[in-house]
Amino acid sequence: MPSKPRDPQAERAPWPISLGALLAVLFINFPIFIIFLYAFTTDEQTFTFPLPGMTLKWFGVAWGREDLWAALGLSVRVAGIATLVALLLGTLAAAAVSRTKFFGREAISFMLLLPIALPGIVTGIALRSAFGLFDIPFSFWTIVIGHATFCVVIVYNNVVARFRRTSWSIVEASMDLGANGWETFKRIILPHIATALLAGGMLAFALSFDEVIVTTFTAGQESTLPIWIFSQLTRPRDRPVTNVVALFVVLIMAIPILLAYRISQRDGETQLSR
Amino acid sequence: MSNQNPTPAIRFENVHRHFGEVKAVDGVNLDVLDGEFFTFLGPSGSGKTTCLRMVAGFDRPTSGRIFLHGDDVSELPPYERDVNTVFQDYALFPHMTVLDNVAYGLTVRKAAREQRTRRAEEMLDLVRLPGLGKRKPSQLSGGQRQRVALARALILRPRVLLLDEPLGALDLKLRQEMQVELKALQEQVGITFIYVTHDQEEALTMSDRLAVFSHGRIEQVGSPAEIYESPATEFVAGFVGISNLVRGDVARGILGTDTTFSVRPEKIHILEPDAAVQGGMDSVRGRIEEVIYLGMYTRFEVALEGGGKLTVAQQNLETSSMDVHTARGREVRLVWEKSHSRKLGGQA
Amino acid sequence: MTATSAAPRTLIQRVSNYLYVRPRVSLLMLLALPLLWFLIVYIGSLATLMVQSFFHLDGFTGQVVRQFSLSSYAQLFTPANVDIVQRTAGMAGVVTLSAALIAFPLAYFMARYASPRMRPLLYLSITLPLWSSYLVKVYSWKLILAKEGMVSWVINTLRLDAALDWLLGLPEIGGPSLSISPIGIYLVFLYVWLPYMILPIATALERVPKSLIEASGDLGGRPGVTFRRIILPLAFPGVVAGSIFTFSLTLGDFIVPSVMGNSSYFIGQAVLSHQGTSGNIPLAAAMTTIPMLIMGIYLYASRRAGAFDAL
Repeated sequence: MPSKPRDPQAERAPWPISLGALLAVLFINFPIFIIFLYAFTTDEQTFTFPLPGMTLKWFGVAWGREDLWAALGLSVRVAGIATLVALLLGTLAAAAVSRTKFFGREAISFMLLLPIALPGIVTGIALRSAFGLFDIPFSFWTIVIGHATFCVVIVYNNVVARFRRTSWSIVEASMDLGANGWETFKRIILPHIATALLAGGMLAFALSFDEVIVTTFTAGQESTLPIWIFSQLTRPRDRPVTNVVALFVVLIMAIPILLAYRISQRDGETQLSR
Repeated sequence: MSNQNPTPAIRFENVHRHFGEVKAVDGVNLDVLDGEFFTFLGPSGSGKTTCLRMVAGFDRPTSGRIFLHGDDVSELPPYERDVNTVFQDYALFPHMTVLDNVAYGLTVRKAAREQRTRRAEEMLDLVRLPGLGKRKPSQLSGGQRQRVALARALILRPRVLLLDEPLGALDLKLRQEMQVELKALQEQVGITFIYVTHDQEEALTMSDRLAVFSHGRIEQVGSPAEIYESPATEFVAGFVGISNLVRGDVARGILGTDTTFSVRPEKIHILEPDAAVQGGMDSVRGRIEEVIYLGMYTRFEVALEGGGKLTVAQQNLETSSMDVHTARGREVRLVWEKSHSRKLGGQA
Repeated sequence: MTATSAAPRTLIQRVSNYLYVRPRVSLLMLLALPLLWFLIVYIGSLATLMVQSFFHLDGFTGQVVRQFSLSSYAQLFTPANVDIVQRTAGMAGVVTLSAALIAFPLAYFMARYASPRMRPLLYLSITLPLWSSYLVKVYSWKLILAKEGMVSWVINTLRLDAALDWLLGLPEIGGPSLSISPIGIYLVFLYVWLPYMILPIATALERVPKSLIEASGDLGGRPGVTFRRIILPLAFPGVVAGSIFTFSLTLGDFIVPSVMGNSSYFIGQAVLSHQGTSGNIPLAAAMTTIPMLIMGIYLYASRRAGAFDAL
């Protein structure tokens, strides 16, 4: 007899399933730990394992690199503005789709999803060809346009999920008590969808911050942080610095994801699959 | 704001509301007097809720006009109408405390903080929820939420309060308590209540007057006693209370004419088959087919001689379940006063 | 009583009232911005892409000739291009299949056996890597698979070098090292898309009510039969949903093959190089229609199989 009362529903998994699950979880997570390890290597030319030695030197070197700061700054600005645009467009579309049933609702959801449902090169080359055809020069804004386009659906999904669980009667109640459309938006709708917006915004930021495929087609000479890393992947010049940057990116991206995850745990709805 | 005011609190003037092909409200004319507890009674889809929503302003008539105390409000948005609503799902704002919920109407009107708090606390006292202001709606029971919704809707002292099946989500015992309480509250605050329900018992218990809705139209308007004792149509007779509808040949056999009529089960006496029938009474012979013992009373299903069936209810004054079951299969004569045979107009 | 209706209205109130009485206008106002953005930026771009795929590159001048022609499409059927498409689609297929096989036990464990305290942790351990930087994940495999890296060290320690050399010597899938070979590409694709497969399967499995499994057992179904007859069919839509991601993402990727690969192109690389170095946007555009077409067929088939109920 077990000393503690056990949930009679709880079954023990057959060992092959437990083993398979364990191996899969390890497979998914251990490369992230490798990143942590290599950030401290003394090896400058190769990726020798076991590490020949440990050092903190490369953190300092990376800190002093102007090109990295420029790339990081560009990525943050792009992600920030793309997220703002996505928040605006995604919320508007979600509100329209949730409020009324109209012809073409499904088509709109589908259209918003397309940029991430279709292979990334499709969105990239499409924007590239349009910019080319209309002689629009590549710039900061061409990157933002691309990013905002595929970030909208992230915000949209989160806000639609929130609206779906909301009874429209709270809006009617607010108007019934004297609040006009604007007051109702400010006092009822916005606070009510705030966490969905926060989660959606976090995820949109993360998606944009890390995006490389579409960016390759829309960036011209500008270098975002992912573009910088990609160039190091194909033509390694600064291996130890790249190791440190990789660690830094993992850490910085964990923040919005963990935040969004916390919200999803509390509200039980955030769309964490993309 | 007196009850002698000749202007009705609410007037529907030939109001229609169509959703595409569906005529949710199909020509409603109605006056609700100031200070009345008035009920819209009807099955779901009968147009009662749409009518309420048009008074609140959540919906607008396709044609026709709605007046509030003499002013045409048909095109006014809800926030410009002096009515407030208690919602079926309560519609409490989940991100606000109970106190903020109740005070919302004053907050929107930019009332001073102390005034808001004081009034909201008064309202919570009124609905007998003192001291719960700091809680969130999710921390309340169904009955408590219902009271908060009521307090929130009353804080602006509207001249008309609309209640959309407010007790529908509560269990039977709580519902019966709240029925009494709501009625008392309405008398205390002295404002017009429009109450929507599909529960005929609720409607009869609480209302000063009620309107029975069916298929987007009003079948009958009257006091509970009028509606129950003198249903104007087959629909009202069938929907309000249990009713026996007698028509065709059977009706002719009893009344001598071919008119459809209704008679309430509790108005019928069961006599020996050969008993003499006095003048002023209608009567028919039959055989008791089914006996259903219901504690307070017993229901008999009687198959009539000329075909058809009548339901008879008898209070169990002295009888017990043992006695009533021996009645099954007995030949009887059913007798009731002629005035209880209500001849009906209208269609089923 | 307050008579708000008689008070003079501010602009906001007027706008508010105007919109309230006209739901169609307010709907249009909500939709206008997102709709315009998507129609102009996205659908418009796709349209120009389609238009440009019917242009062609003049062989002598190297200029794009803006005249209708099918010559870009004709070029898709050269042996080199057919090879690229086959390689990409084949990789997408193998990656999808392997991902489904590896994902299933984990998803099954999460849905059926994980305790209420363990489940959120498992979800986090999949969601966090899923959302972690895609490039860093690719980079980590560059570290792991490098000639002097961790995998080589393990193999060396186990004295299995001969086996590795034999594997890398195989035609078609071999290469100079694990980090420059189709095997490497396969491993990295499998790694980066695996979470996209796990989550939909877990979602589908979680929707299978426990009572269904008990009912099958009650009716005499042994665990193996219950799994095959009840659980697998109900999980299938989740597998298809996950495979849409793994398949589409592999088709459109050029990062992994250019980091881990040799000179054999995948579709994404070909598109990138045509639009970039050679400036042949018409051919790049025509080539993009291939993954779109494949995904179109795939989505249609999945829809017929009822996979979208699980999304």
